[in-house]
Amino acid sequence: MCILIYAESEKGKLKKDCFELASYASLIAKTLELEVHAVCFNADNAEELSNYGVIKTYHYKNKNYLNFDATIYSDYISKIFNEKFRFLILSSSSNSRYLGGILSVKLNASYISNVISKIESKSSIKVVRNSFTNKAFETVEALEKNVILSVAKNSFEIIKEPVTVEIEEINFEMSGPINIVTSIEKSENKISISDADVVVSGGRGLKGPENWHLVEDLADVLGGATACSKPVSDLGWRPHSEHVGQTGKPVSSNLYVAIGISGAIQHLAGVNASKTKVVINTDPEAPFFKAADYGIVGDAFKVVPDLISKIKEFKSSNL
Amino acid sequence: MKILVCISHVPDTTSKINFCDNNKSFDSDGIQFIINPNDEFGLIRAIWFKEKTGATVDVINVGLNNTEQTLRKALAIGADKAIRINTIPKCSKVVAKSISKYLESNQYDLIIAGRESIDYNGGMVPGMISALSKINFVDKCTSLEITNDNVKAVREIEGGVENISTSLPLIISSQKGLVEEKDLRIPNMRGIMMARKKELIVIEDYGFKISSETVKFEKPLTKNKVTLIPSNNIDKLIELLNKEAKVI
Ligand SMILES: Cc1cc2nc3c(=O)[nH]c(=O)nc-3n(C[C@H](O)[C@H](O)[C@H](O)COP(=O)(O)OP(=O)(O)OC[C@H]3O[C@@H](n4cnc5c(N)ncnc54)[C@H](O)[C@@H]3O)c2cc1C
Ligand SMILES: Nc1ncnc2c1ncn2[C@@H]1O[C@H](COP(=O)(O)O)[C@@H](O)[C@H]1O
Repeated sequence: MCILIYAESEKGKLKKDCFELASYASLIAKTLELEVHAVCFNADNAEELSNYGVIKTYHYKNKNYLNFDATIYSDYISKIFNEKFRFLILSSSSNSRYLGGILSVKLNASYISNVISKIESKSSIKVVRNSFTNKAFETVEALEKNVILSVAKNSFEIIKEPVTVEIEEINFEMSGPINIVTSIEKSENKISISDADVVVSGGRGLKGPENWHLVEDLADVLGGATACSKPVSDLGWRPHSEHVGQTGKPVSSNLYVAIGISGAIQHLAGVNASKTKVVINTDPEAPFFKAADYGIVGDAFKVVPDLISKIKEFKSSNL
Repeated sequence: MKILVCISHVPDTTSKINFCDNNKSFDSDGIQFIINPNDEFGLIRAIWFKEKTGATVDVINVGLNNTEQTLRKALAIGADKAIRINTIPKCSKVVAKSISKYLESNQYDLIIAGRESIDYNGGMVPGMISALSKINFVDKCTSLEITNDNVKAVREIEGGVENISTSLPLIISSQKGLVEEKDLRIPNMRGIMMARKKELIVIEDYGFKISSETVKFEKPLTKNKVTLIPSNNIDKLIELLNKEAKVI
C-alpha cells in the first residue's frame, strides 16, 4: 500500500513545498507502514524527491505545456491513484487546494484540509487541523478507506532521507481545457504572502499609501512579503490580495511584523498561526500587544526607518 | 440566467469561540450568526446580475431550521427564493452531495459558493459540487463578467492572478474582490418585509453518510506575555529576533 504526494511544479521546477510534503509523507509512512510515491507534471528536477524518501515518481510530461487545469490534472492524478494507494497528500497552495475537493469525489476519499499533525495510529486515521481561522484545533477522523490530506504551510520540517527513486515518465495531453487561461499577471520578483517566511504588514496607522515605502523597505531587508489590514485594502491603498485576516488571507510565516495595526479580532484570526509576531504601535493599549511576542510602543514613522537601518547593519555584519 | 448561491451560516466574526458536548461541537450559546462573508461577496455579485440582466437568484443552505434567519437575510438583500435541505451539516461531503442531489432536478447556469466558510475553513464544498455534478469550476474567483454564455473570470494564484475565459454552466468559489466592500448591503425595512413573502422551500434530509467526523475541538494555549522593547533600543529587538526567536 502506498501514499501518493502531488508534487507541484512551476516553470518546470518542483516547488519548495514538495519537499515539505515528501518529508511529511515519509513521517506518516513509518506509522502506517506504507511506501511514498509522488506524481508531478513537467518537473525537470523530479529526481530530487528521492532525497526526501520518495521511492517512485510518476512524471507526466508534455512538451507543449499549457497552464495548470484542475479538471485535466485531477483526471491524470486519479489515473495513478489505483487500488495500491490509500493516501493522497496535497500542499495548501492555490492549485493543490483547487484539486482537493474535486479529487475527494473522484477518489471516493475523506478529505481533510489545513492539517497540522501526523497520524498516530494505523487503526484509526485521525489528524489535527486548524479550524475557526486558527482560533481552534479540530481533531478529525477519516471514515472512508481513501484519504486526502492537505497540509498547512510551514507546519512540518523538511527532513532529508535519501533513497533510490524509480521515475516513470508518461506523456500527457492537455486537450480541450474548458477554462482557457488568457493571461497571467504576476510580479516576478515579489514574494507572495502565502509563500513567505517573513511578512511585513501595515495598517491604517500608516496614514496613507504614500507611506508604504516603510513597509516595502522593511520587507525588502527581511526578504519578506508585504501585507495589510482590511481597511487599508478597502480604501484602495493596497491591493486586495494583500489583505490578511479572517476575511482575507491567513498567514503562517515564521515572522509577522505589524505596523500601525490595532489588532482587531478578525485581523488576529488570520495571523495567529505565525510563529513570531512583532508589533509596532503608538497606542500601548492596542489589542495587538496581547497577541504579540515582541512589542515596541512608538511612532512607526520614527521606529521603522531606524529598524530598517539597524537590520541592514546586522545583516552586513553577519554575512 | 439562473443563479444558485450556497450560503453557509457562520458565527459573527467577533464571536468568542467555545465548545460544548464534550468539546465535540461549537457552543452557539449567545452567538450571532451571519452569512459567511465569502458567500456574501458571491450573493452581491449574483444580485448585480439580477439587477443588470434579469437573472434569478436562489440561495441554498444545508442545515436545520436555525439557519432560516440567515436565509431570510439573503432574501432581504435581494435573492428571489431560498432552499433549505434539512440536514445537520456534519461534514463537507454531505453538504456537497446534498446540494448536488438538489441540482439533479433543478437546473442552474451559475453556482456560487464561498472560497471557504470562516468557521470550519474547509474550502472543500465548491470543488466537491463541481466533481459530483460535473460542472466546470473556477476556484478563488476575484472577478466575474458574463456576456451571453461567455465568461471572463479572474482566479487568484500565489503572487498574482490568472485571467480565464470560459463558459456556462459554471461553478465558482467567491471571495473578496468579486464586489467592492462598499457594494455590500444591509437589509432595509422594505427588503425585510418583502423577504417574509418570498418562498423558502424545505427539502427533507437525503440521508447521505458522513465521510469524516469531528473527534474533538481544542483551543490553543494562551500565549506568554509580550516582551516590550523601548523604542530607542532597536538593537535589543534585533538581538531577540536573532538569538531568542531565531527568525533573522
Ligand atoms: C465581518 C468583518 C470581517 C473583518 N475581517 C477583517 C480581516 O480579515 N482583516 C482585518 O485586518 N480586519 C478585518 N475586519 C476589520 C477589523 O475589525 C478592524 O476594523 C481592522 O482590522 C482595523 O484595521 P487597522 O488596525 O489597520 O486600523 P485601526 O483600527 O484604525 O488601527 C490603526 C492603529 O494604528 C495605530 N497608529 C496610529 N498612528 C500610528 C503611528 N504613527 N505609528 C504606529 N502606530 C500608529 C493606532 O494606535 C491603531 O492601533 C473585519 C471586520 C468585520 C466587521
Ligand atoms: N451547510 C452549508 N449549506 C450551504 N452551503 C454551504 C454549507 N457549507 C458550506 N457551504 C458552501 O461552501 C463554501 C465553502 O465551505 P467549506 O468547504 O465548508 O469551507 C461556503 O462558503 C458555502 O458557500
